[in-house]
Amino acid sequence: MYSYSEFDQAFIRARVAQFTHQVERRIEGALTEDEFRPLRLMNGLYLQLHAYMLRVAIPYGTLNPRQMRQLALIAETWDKGYGHFTTRQNIQFNWPKLPDVPKILAALADVEMHAIQTSGNCVRNVTADHFAGARADEIEDPRPYAELLRQWSTDHPEFQFLPRKFKIAITGAPNDRAVTRAHDIGLRMVRNVRGETGFEVLVGGGLGRTPMIGMVVRDFLAVEDLLPYVEAVLSVYNTLGRRDNKYKARIKITLHETGREAITRMIETRFAELRPLFGGNDQKLLAEIREAFAPPAFRNAPVDAHDAFRKADPVYRAWSDTNLAPHRNPQYAIVTVSLKAHGATPGDATAEQMRVLADLAERYGHSELRISHEQNVILPHVHKSDLPAVHAVLAKHGLATANIGLISDIIACPGMDYCALATARAIPVAQEIATRFDELKLEHEIGPLKIKISGCINACGHHHVGHIGILGLDRAGVENYQITLGGDGTETAVIGEKTGPGFAYDEIVPAIERIVRAYLAHRDGPAETFLQVWRRLGLAPFKAALYPAEGKRDAA
Amino acid sequence: MARFSPKVVTANALQEGDAVYLAADDRWTRRHEEAELLEDEAHAQIRLLHALAQTDVVVGPYLADARPGPAGPEPAHFREVFRTRGPSNYFLGKQAELI
Repeated sequence: MYSYSEFDQAFIRARVAQFTHQVERRIEGALTEDEFRPLRLMNGLYLQLHAYMLRVAIPYGTLNPRQMRQLALIAETWDKGYGHFTTRQNIQFNWPKLPDVPKILAALADVEMHAIQTSGNCVRNVTADHFAGARADEIEDPRPYAELLRQWSTDHPEFQFLPRKFKIAITGAPNDRAVTRAHDIGLRMVRNVRGETGFEVLVGGGLGRTPMIGMVVRDFLAVEDLLPYVEAVLSVYNTLGRRDNKYKARIKITLHETGREAITRMIETRFAELRPLFGGNDQKLLAEIREAFAPPAFRNAPVDAHDAFRKADPVYRAWSDTNLAPHRNPQYAIVTVSLKAHGATPGDATAEQMRVLADLAERYGHSELRISHEQNVILPHVHKSDLPAVHAVLAKHGLATANIGLISDIIACPGMDYCALATARAIPVAQEIATRFDELKLEHEIGPLKIKISGCINACGHHHVGHIGILGLDRAGVENYQITLGGDGTETAVIGEKTGPGFAYDEIVPAIERIVRAYLAHRDGPAETFLQVWRRLGLAPFKAALYPAEGKRDAA
Repeated sequence: MARFSPKVVTANALQEGDAVYLAADDRWTRRHEEAELLEDEAHAQIRLLHALAQTDVVVGPYLADARPGPAGPEPAHFREVFRTRGPSNYFLGKQAELI
């Protein structure tokens, strides 16, 4: 993976030193909160309900074991022994104290990490397919491009004060695991008729209060044009984007107010101006970055152990059915480690679990770890003969839950248990749904089903693209949960449809159960997934299950 | 005119970041029940101004709805109830620290 250059290292150290002084001046009273707030946000430090929160970027979700161990050390030394992995491939520490934050940032710098641009109206952490470089369906590993974009966008003088935050996601595969269609810019690697590799460029996707699926502004962008083209998009947005109304400031609104054709033309015009200014140094840099992402030296060894364990051990078989994905090397597998043990907080890992994962990556996983936007940890390269050993270690540490892609593999934002913006809790709803369906022993019977929960309209929990989406609101001083159905975050992305009136906190889990039972009653057989039934039958059967009293009233 | 609903002044502590409440004797307390219950609107504004001036002690003071209780003021809204306790997924924060 990519290692910091001398320049990167010096930049991060200088920023830590600068922020250290800013914190000192704030504590001494030389800076007011109004003066300090933008400075702390530039360094990923939020003030939440119960404490400060530090959001640390995990660029394109890739970590090495040393970094994971450092996150564990930070959790133990300056936090309360755990961290929360987020839908933007970041990690959040929920309890740091202000005087300790400079020490945390220095500890991050020691392992080439930082919290820069994890807040504010700038280009945020560039996210990528968590199976990058491992999955067979991939055209190319997207991470060298993500790293190029990271270097270009970090501290970019022109784009530090955009109208609003800006999120870029990238995938190298036709099967979209990075929700590229719900990002300000989505980059999907494609091949043109001549077989050359490039990107389909989507602009204006986003969730939040105005959910929209991105529009294609360029069918094929040659890879060497990536930076000037993305710069052209940002440049047009920086000029046109609205600064008068925070709720209309994202590029999705700019695009709709300007029109796709007009904005595409403006982007192309700006691109034509910018293209000649890129003299080729970006391509030299890209070539260097590519070397850093060279695939590991895969082992060649028999895989009998895996097959034997599958036959002998039903627990191992269940786990390998749900948590393994095919690797491009048939002797290998991609392991998704569930951070969703039934009843646990989605995305949370203790310091001990982080160390276990770091050790496993080092011993069995070519020293690579990934964080997925679905809040799980990936070991992208595990030889099949090592899988039984990996599973045994995971099981010892509460990390072997066999539920990837199933009903308890829920995305949940921190919600009102932590977040100052939240209007309702999300975590306990996720915990109770997972616990309930585990009690019912229905999870595997139900099959693929993605539930996503947000504790406010900003939609960090991606509820709009959940097969079942849950949005927590404050209705007259009481928590109320609105349900959407049929959302999809993949290459066939679609925004879910609202079912009707929301449900109180103690009604939401039974409501979800009614939806799931309606699905089981209406499906043609176990092979027909929840989403397929939704597409075949639409809202009616689910509405009838959700609001039985209403149906009776209509009939009377 | 709508009747003024009672309030407390609350904020986050500058260094620790946790929820604090302004007491009648000008202390910042971690316990909601020790807060001064402000039943007069003009007095509430004066207390808020007093809090806003303390920029090197607290961050973001505001008036939150509260009501009288047997042990002292109680939060009226669920958000404020959570702030007096801590998260619901772990026994951490005030629920663990203020025993």
